[in-house]
Amino acid sequence: MSHLPSFSPAYPEIFMAISALVLLMLGVFRAKDSTNLTTWLTVGVMAVTAGLAITGTHDSLTFSNLFVVNGFTVFAKVLTLLGAGLTLLLINSWAHEQKVARFELPILVLFATLGMMLMISANDLIALYLGLELQSLSLYVLAAYHRDNQRATEAGVKYFVLGALASGLLLYGSSLVYGFAGTTTFGGLAAAIKSGPNTLGVIVGVVFVISGLAFKVSAVPFHMWTPDVYEGAPTPITAFFSIAPKIAGLCLFLRVLVGPFESMIEQWQQVMILISILSMAWGSIAAIAQKSIKRLMAYSSIGHVGYALIGLVVGNEEGARGLLVYLLIYLLMNVGTFAVILSMRVKGQYVEQISDLAGLAKSRPGMAMALAALMFSMAGIPPLAGFLGKYFIFVAAVNAGFVALAIVGLLASVIGAYYYLRLIKIMYFDEPAAAFDPPGLTAGIIMAASSVLMVVLFVVPAPLVNSAEAAAKALFLG
Amino acid sequence: MSEAAATTGVLTIGLSHYLTVSAILFTLGIFGIFLNRKNLIVIMMSIELMLLAVNINLVAFSSFLNDLVGQVFTMLVLTVAAAEAAIGLAIVVVFYRNRRSIEVEDINQMKG
Repeated sequence: MSHLPSFSPAYPEIFMAISALVLLMLGVFRAKDSTNLTTWLTVGVMAVTAGLAITGTHDSLTFSNLFVVNGFTVFAKVLTLLGAGLTLLLINSWAHEQKVARFELPILVLFATLGMMLMISANDLIALYLGLELQSLSLYVLAAYHRDNQRATEAGVKYFVLGALASGLLLYGSSLVYGFAGTTTFGGLAAAIKSGPNTLGVIVGVVFVISGLAFKVSAVPFHMWTPDVYEGAPTPITAFFSIAPKIAGLCLFLRVLVGPFESMIEQWQQVMILISILSMAWGSIAAIAQKSIKRLMAYSSIGHVGYALIGLVVGNEEGARGLLVYLLIYLLMNVGTFAVILSMRVKGQYVEQISDLAGLAKSRPGMAMALAALMFSMAGIPPLAGFLGKYFIFVAAVNAGFVALAIVGLLASVIGAYYYLRLIKIMYFDEPAAAFDPPGLTAGIIMAASSVLMVVLFVVPAPLVNSAEAAAKALFLG
Repeated sequence: MSEAAATTGVLTIGLSHYLTVSAILFTLGIFGIFLNRKNLIVIMMSIELMLLAVNINLVAFSSFLNDLVGQVFTMLVLTVAAAEAAIGLAIVVVFYRNRRSIEVEDINQMKG
């Protein structure tokens, strides 16, 4: 007790936290507008953090077992940082164009990402809650960032109210779990639940915790905030919402369910199957009627969370591998699609109706091709990476005996294919609408790179799958 | 405490009483968010009510289990609740500047 805990496993997070504070000081004391400077420094900080996470320890528990590092958390953190870094580049170019650039913007993203890293590494209900709140509080502010815009502030209000409700549910669940199992550490909970009978209190607590986490990853029936927040928030910030918090949230979800609540698998599996089926179905069906492409992306991300949750339902190594592969591919698809959405400008004005895409193939063939590749990939059509993501998830489900669940997933992705393909039809076969302005450099590079990667990952999936497999193995080792 | 209560025949306050109060408060908080059709400040109060219900739970369990972790958790929840209230009010202020209203029925720019 007399000596200090080992700090080295948390070096990436400590480095991030200190850098964020230093960047805040830099922004305050520098007289000129420093948004560009803080953005690039933030991207640098994220890169260094990823480097620290990869080169640092891959197996350790510290801070009285509150904080865990293993191959799985490292993989999840690198994914989160990648998603956050790429969207930050989109956010920066948007903020300069709209003349709303303020140096706090990248720092808010950095704090949100720090919260996600802490969530991923949390090994205790208290650490989980604090990481989740650091993330959520930063995200509420980001949603309302465009503060002179009515829709953005409304999105902020909605996100805040429902997000706070979700935190409340999670917290109430944590308090019940603590009370009836007698501890908050994941290791202690796993042991307590395994040895004792599953009291009703613990089960109710776990259901509350699951509801809170399902809110944060926007799974049906806790998704009602998603379309409104995605539509109202500024587009690049929507891109951020749809990527990094989802990755961190799903990885945390998996760690919570197969860690402390591992021996209650019979109880939570039923709940998760229901949530997964509802998300897949509602994500596909409700998206059909959408006119705004941002709302469409909201429903699309609800559907994708449903597929990813299958990996969670399975609850074994193969499922975790499928989830990680799916998350990386989802990240690339979404960042690319949002780069396209951000390039939907007519004479300097952003447009976001699906009908504005009409005839894009004639006015901007490159952009139309990139979006078509991404949409085919989202629909899960080979030879693109989206197929691979779904393949690993469904194979994991079938091997674990969840054949019906896999069939529901297949049906949902067939329905989902309808609206993805409809976008392609509108771009290629409809009468041209007003031509878009040429895409910005950042957005152009990101959409080109992500659509090329869709093909590359399909052809050479081995590096990704192998590293995901190693990460999944580390999760189940302990 | 309990011995004194037993000898005088007064009702003993046990864990279940605390849990019941906290469950009632929590439910009130949730209903306050969903059934409230007045204004955003009431919603903020409901959120606070939910968090305080959780705190009652945690402190009651902590005392019942003779374990300090619950009280540490409560302190952290209080701190986060303060930060949450600050951010929530800030968002309500920017919303008011744009709409000149904080009525719940005016949060209607987007469907849903």
